[in-house]
Amino acid sequence: MSVYLDHAATTPMLPAAVETLTAELARTGNPSSLHASGRAARRTVEEGRERLAAALGARPSEVVLTSGGTEADNLAVKGLFWARRTADPDRRRLLVSSVEHHAVLDPAFWMAEHAGAEVVLLPVDGDGVVDTAALAAELAEHGSRTALVSVMWANNEVGALQPVDEVVALAHRYGVPVHADAVQGVGQVPVDFAGSGLDAMTVTGHKLGGPGGIGALLARRGLDLTPVLHGGGQERGVRSGTLHAALVASFAVAAQEAVATMPELAVRVGALRDRLVAGVLERAEGARLRGPEQASRRLPANAHFTFDGCEGDSLLYLLDSAGIEASTGSACQAGVPQPSHVLLAMGLGEDDARGALRFSLGHTSTEEDVDAVLEALPAAVHRARAAGRALRAAVPA
Amino acid sequence: MRVLAALSGGVDSAVAAARAVDAGHEVVGVHMALSRNRDQLRTGSRGCCSIEDAGDARRAADVLGIPFYVWDLSAQFEQTVVADFLSEYQAGRTPNPCVRCNEHVKFSALLDKGVALGFDAVCTGHYARVVERPDGSRELHRATDAAKDQSYVLAVMGPERLARALFPLGDVVSKEQTRAEAAQRGLSVSAKPDSYDICFVADGDTQGFLRDRLGSRPGEVVDADGTVVGAHDGAYAYTVGQRRGLRLGRPAADGRPRYVLAVEPVQNRVVVGPAEALAVTAVRADRAVWFGDAPAGGTACEVQVRAHGAAVGARVIRADDRVEVALDAGAALRGVAPGQSLVLYAGSRVLGQATVTGTTGPVSAPTGRESAVRA
Repeated sequence: MSVYLDHAATTPMLPAAVETLTAELARTGNPSSLHASGRAARRTVEEGRERLAAALGARPSEVVLTSGGTEADNLAVKGLFWARRTADPDRRRLLVSSVEHHAVLDPAFWMAEHAGAEVVLLPVDGDGVVDTAALAAELAEHGSRTALVSVMWANNEVGALQPVDEVVALAHRYGVPVHADAVQGVGQVPVDFAGSGLDAMTVTGHKLGGPGGIGALLARRGLDLTPVLHGGGQERGVRSGTLHAALVASFAVAAQEAVATMPELAVRVGALRDRLVAGVLERAEGARLRGPEQASRRLPANAHFTFDGCEGDSLLYLLDSAGIEASTGSACQAGVPQPSHVLLAMGLGEDDARGALRFSLGHTSTEEDVDAVLEALPAAVHRARAAGRALRAAVPA
Repeated sequence: MRVLAALSGGVDSAVAAARAVDAGHEVVGVHMALSRNRDQLRTGSRGCCSIEDAGDARRAADVLGIPFYVWDLSAQFEQTVVADFLSEYQAGRTPNPCVRCNEHVKFSALLDKGVALGFDAVCTGHYARVVERPDGSRELHRATDAAKDQSYVLAVMGPERLARALFPLGDVVSKEQTRAEAAQRGLSVSAKPDSYDICFVADGDTQGFLRDRLGSRPGEVVDADGTVVGAHDGAYAYTVGQRRGLRLGRPAADGRPRYVLAVEPVQNRVVVGPAEALAVTAVRADRAVWFGDAPAGGTACEVQVRAHGAAVGARVIRADDRVEVALDAGAALRGVAPGQSLVLYAGSRVLGQATVTGTTGPVSAPTGRESAVRA
């Protein structure tokens, strides 16, 4: 039996979501068809949409269903940039935090290469929290030339909650729309779309107990968004493509349950996390917690460390062979480990950044999981450090 | 044993790992990331560091049902193999980067990291045989398939590292057998083409790579008596024995093709001459590594100076930390460049290897050849 501590990558589906998905899968019908089967599928989709909207503090018409978080982020970054720039050709600056997921960073840089965007990376502090003073200064100087700001709700690697309220207040002063990737936040912290003042927000199914392959961009009513996918005109023409009714329904059920159980889960998982952090810092030599130290400033399920002189991939292998599944937290190029851009943006050197290990807890996590990590980690760190020394010694001075 | 299987993404390493699994070892697959250059990662399937290769390696591991990791050894690779490649050419020598990779990366960085993590051995898809003797010592032998034999590039690892090496393909009779076995095992890389080029020279243009990294340094091409017969952009880009790409302005007096006889890095000169001036009767080398005792003076052996070259008969003149061998009468070795690996064999068994420092030839050599090659 493995110890699964990689919920931030994907979390086990909630039983109710599995039940909904399997029940709906057997039904036929394209939600866009006019006949009875189509009408039934459409009803399933629209009920899902309403459920999602209610769970996230949005109107049903503000929910643009997508294939997942990456597509929603692409739609937000590209769609908002094109729409804003078309309305006002001077607005070419695209402001993104330097700790965004690649699903935001890469579209931003792609727009710089192909659509004349000027990408501005907003700095973060040593905890990975966006520097709002830098944003204020940037907007004071270039506010009228800015197309959009994208700052995530919570960072996927180090769990740092971002000052979304402040970002929104600052950007709106200059008429600049704000997008937030909230895939890591929903189900762990309160996320209310209307209350946030955001113009667009990304959510995804498989991070909150729903199925993979489904997500949504919440887009404020009246927000001008240029489509990225063209075709049948589904989703008010903003996102063409046949919707998968079963996925939508299952996603909605999961979101509803994740949001409803969030307060209780945050307390329970937060306590597990706190014990994990304290235990790791006490037992594993050279361990440093990354991201905010204060529990209230980070996701309750996130614990992120670097281990001096270790390579994260060595730790991953050693833990994996001990039945513990974790992550280095950073994006891969076909599995090629890159030093995390998040840790580098936080001011860490490449060597420190290579020693990263992320444990992310979730609804199935138990005290035994934490015990297993605290049992296996000290020896793994010791061994990984020896491997790190061996590797450095292999290069002639 | 706990075995670390190096998976390049090619067919050989995949079948080798499969055989290690069959042998009952606890096998973990590792793909070495040798370049951090995102362009090189994303484009092309040449060499060993493309995205496609990493994906193929991962797929092979999945089919075999073994864990798979990518280890970033790009820093080690750059600081040893690529740096050596550049400095050797710059010094007028001819390096073999595959030998250096085996010496510094595969059977050093990868092996040492693996051992530190608790592995007993590294398994690769090289074609060579390890023969265990009754006393427990191990010998490195040529592969059963002489056409695929890679003992030449492995000899550099020496006996201690050989003790932790596993070459499950040593007894394969042909590459076709490996491919057939891969297909039968459901490995999708069974029909993947072989790679031949230097993996970090993405487009196969070694001269261009050297020019980009070392800069242009124009100089003269001269013949044996010092007459200027052409120009070059950098002596470092030439190799003893090379014929193509000389761009000579004046034809030879006798009209016969000319070859590079010597590269003189200090004078930035390239010396050319007729084919017979490349013939070699004795080879000297240093940095010797022996499997077992160094052979005594007078020992008959075969020597090989290129990965795909034939071995020729020779007699040991000296063998300790340096080597000198005299080639048998009638043995033909041509254009042996300093920097190349010299591997000594007794039949199929590898005696040892060393790095060529100089040669002796029957034809009175130009002064340039004396100074550059007979270092």
